[in-house]
Amino acid sequence: MKPDTVSGNRALDLEEPLLFELGRPGRTGVDLPDAPKVASRLGGLDREGSIGLAGVSEPEVVRHFVRLSRNNYSIDANLYPLGSCTMKHNPRLNEKMARLPGFGDVHPLQPESTVQGALELIHALGHWLKTITGMPAVAMPPAAGAHGELCGMMAIRAAHEAKGDTNRHRVLIPESAHGTNPATAAQCGFTVDPIPGNERGRIDLAAVKAKLGPDVAGIMLTNPNTLGLFENEVIEVAQAIHSVGGYFYADGANFNAIVGKARPGDMGVDAIHINLHKTFSTPHGGGGPGSGPVCFSAALAPYAPLPMVIEQKGRFHLIEHRGGKNEPGEKSFGRMRTFNGQMGMFVRALSYMMSHGADGLRQVAEDAVLSANYIMASCAADMTSPYPGPCMHEALFDDRFLEGTGVTTLDFAKAMIDEGYHPMTVYFPLVVHGAMLTEPTETESKESVDRFIHVLRTLAKKAKSGDAAFFKNAPRYSPRRRVDETTAARNPVLRWTPPAPKAQAAE
Amino acid sequence: MRYLPLGPDDRRAMLGVIGAKSVDDLFKDIPQKARVSGLLDLPMHAGELEVERTLGAMAAKNRAAGAGPSFLGAGSYRHHIPSAVDHLIQRSEFLTSYTPYQPEVAQGTLQFLFEFQTNVAMLSGMEVANASMYEGGSSCAEAVLMAGRVTGRPRAILSGALHPHYRDTVRTFTQFSPVEVEYGDPVVDGKEDLAAQLGPDVACVVVQTPDFFGNLHDYTQLGQACRAAGALLVVVVTEVVSLGALKSPGQMGADIFAGEGQSLGVGLNFGGPYVGLFATRRQYIRQMPGRLCGETVDADGRRSYVLTLSTREQHIRREKATSNICTNSGLCALAFGIHVSLLGEEGMRRLAKLNHAAAVQLAEQLGQVKGVKVLNKTFFNEFTVELPGHADEIVEKMVGQGVLAGVPVQRLYRDRPELANLLLVAASETNTDADRAAYVAGLKKVLA
Repeated sequence: MKPDTVSGNRALDLEEPLLFELGRPGRTGVDLPDAPKVASRLGGLDREGSIGLAGVSEPEVVRHFVRLSRNNYSIDANLYPLGSCTMKHNPRLNEKMARLPGFGDVHPLQPESTVQGALELIHALGHWLKTITGMPAVAMPPAAGAHGELCGMMAIRAAHEAKGDTNRHRVLIPESAHGTNPATAAQCGFTVDPIPGNERGRIDLAAVKAKLGPDVAGIMLTNPNTLGLFENEVIEVAQAIHSVGGYFYADGANFNAIVGKARPGDMGVDAIHINLHKTFSTPHGGGGPGSGPVCFSAALAPYAPLPMVIEQKGRFHLIEHRGGKNEPGEKSFGRMRTFNGQMGMFVRALSYMMSHGADGLRQVAEDAVLSANYIMASCAADMTSPYPGPCMHEALFDDRFLEGTGVTTLDFAKAMIDEGYHPMTVYFPLVVHGAMLTEPTETESKESVDRFIHVLRTLAKKAKSGDAAFFKNAPRYSPRRRVDETTAARNPVLRWTPPAPKAQAAE
Repeated sequence: MRYLPLGPDDRRAMLGVIGAKSVDDLFKDIPQKARVSGLLDLPMHAGELEVERTLGAMAAKNRAAGAGPSFLGAGSYRHHIPSAVDHLIQRSEFLTSYTPYQPEVAQGTLQFLFEFQTNVAMLSGMEVANASMYEGGSSCAEAVLMAGRVTGRPRAILSGALHPHYRDTVRTFTQFSPVEVEYGDPVVDGKEDLAAQLGPDVACVVVQTPDFFGNLHDYTQLGQACRAAGALLVVVVTEVVSLGALKSPGQMGADIFAGEGQSLGVGLNFGGPYVGLFATRRQYIRQMPGRLCGETVDADGRRSYVLTLSTREQHIRREKATSNICTNSGLCALAFGIHVSLLGEEGMRRLAKLNHAAAVQLAEQLGQVKGVKVLNKTFFNEFTVELPGHADEIVEKMVGQGVLAGVPVQRLYRDRPELANLLLVAASETNTDADRAAYVAGLKKVLA
């Protein structure tokens, strides 16, 4: 609620204006010397007029960003149950390793002889990824999951075209898929053919078979799927798609559920991206940077993007251009970013993998799946799930338990905020009414999960008791109450602009 | 395992509530054939100390750029990052938060994104910027795709002085799209007539300043020619510090600005993560890729921020989205924003002047070395020199002198043997008089 204080502050919650409103001309947060006098080589292209940047001293900058930070929810503060996002603990060792000057302060175009350790690290991470997925090749450049999808689908298109097979324009995608899947397919020039789910929440194998034809380039399947369920007919799906010469792209967004337990390579997958910022604990940072290496089957491996790291006689090489006949990168579909890859994320992910090891990674999947099932079972008396368990690492609820209460999924989510919890992923997947996709991850203690369950169950009971107004008014205690998204979209204000000079008082 | 709080008793109790006998019952949907029996063929778990030893040994095999004089650029620049930047971005609330989908508990991220958009718009001289892209090359590729959507035209003309990796990224992103990409030979001297290639089917012309070889351009006239022809002008900047000294893309009439923000706050990181910058005219916002943060109010009427215009984006629009991008480069955008905030107008101007002066001094000194020729008439903090031998071999020998001397042009233009003697050399505020002296002395020795 809006505090009744003079300042608008609420004890530790301090209101903070925009940086541009704090700025004063001539103030700065750095001390830089005068530049030596030289004959300008700018050719008269000097920037004229003010840029408009705010002048702020270091203490003001520090205070500004510290105050802003306090308005954010974070995994470091509490359980973050966003389904499909895998908000697990981000170990600080990883941060320390990524900041070693030998990794963080290395230029991407240094001579190969000066970056053998960096190339070794990329190669080593690739080995872990290949082993974990059971696939023979890996492409490291993709900067995030969707970039990885682009990488995989471009390799698929390139592989078809290399065979002179240019009529494969259709890609099969389940209706429950992440939006990035159809967007990626479209960006690669494919048309999207949606596949319905069956009554068990899995892809309808009969529908897949019915859609097959010589114009099918492949299928994009998330497994475990976005309903938190394992596609138990995955091998049959792979066989079906392969039977017409198509390829199998797997979206690895939910890989945390099966790491160390099952390998996509044994399921007939041809390409899968791994979100290092999900399964392998690199921080989300408020929306990136991510990293989405793609593991490839032997069939697609030749088309992997540039650059790539190879090892020859104990030396590591960075292949930056298409090679000649039978050389590395000969058939690569090309370059999809400026430089080598998300090195900072690679270091963090390898640090995480080495910390867990083969034994720990397997335990990760087991504990993540156990916690999700524990939530689903514990809430079964008060909430509704569209599909029976066991689930994988996400517990999916729908809004049937709210039927007739006047409380929506959104209201329920906002009430969780007042209880100190970030809501789960809501209204996704789209195929489930009022979906609440809940992912606790393996880094929560049982006590933490128990507290969360207690809140969920109590809120569900409260909704059923008829107190809809309580939910409609939530959240009350967050730094802001419900934010008006409609106004924001109708009249987009996307930047600060200096206020118009005040009109002179009329004399 | 230090990151896994559950113990055997917890697991037993939880399985009891679920009604499962063992944890493997929960994995019964996975076909037997796809299951891992036992453990993967990888090392067992390790403590912090062991991991630090292994990774520390790998890091020690690299020469950190800052361990000695370094003059590398070509799209990635080494600058001093104020200490406050790294401290602030490591605040848990920034580092370990997700995309701000619940604005009531994400105002911190949303406000810094709004400030980031404002800073990028100001620096580029454009009307509106988005909340970041992956990095410069893919940002440039998205600009070309956007120009195709805006104009409905099929041809994109790329300058021969566009960074070759940007050019290649554009080619990759567009290879299965309706946009056809055209580009000519490398333009070492910056002289090319792109306006002559305009026609009624041209969606955009993509240019860069400072260009790949370091030359500076005023694209105002080209912008006018583009407008007359109904094409968009895309201006790329790979060294964002230059915007503290040079006429901005917006001031030249750019329709889209695509750039790399790595120079401010982010660091070298062997190529990533970086932060892609993207800005355009207000009239095109509904065709923009990427996330946008907008201002609004909350239920109590207080100023608030929220992700907006998401009907452009993949999670709503699916195959009709303006781009497939989802996760972008949030934390790097924060680092960029903090660095810009610390600099302010005055610091940004000073930093740009220092960079230019460092490069002018280096160019003068290198130009006096026998057999070395500086090719640029104009430059900001990077220029091209012609050496009396193959640049890659000389660079390798300079490593022996303790100096990272620059980027051989042919490393990026492999099929252009005529460029073998060209070297891109960048200088910044981090280079001292002693660094420059070491470069000159080393080069003389190597060329002798």
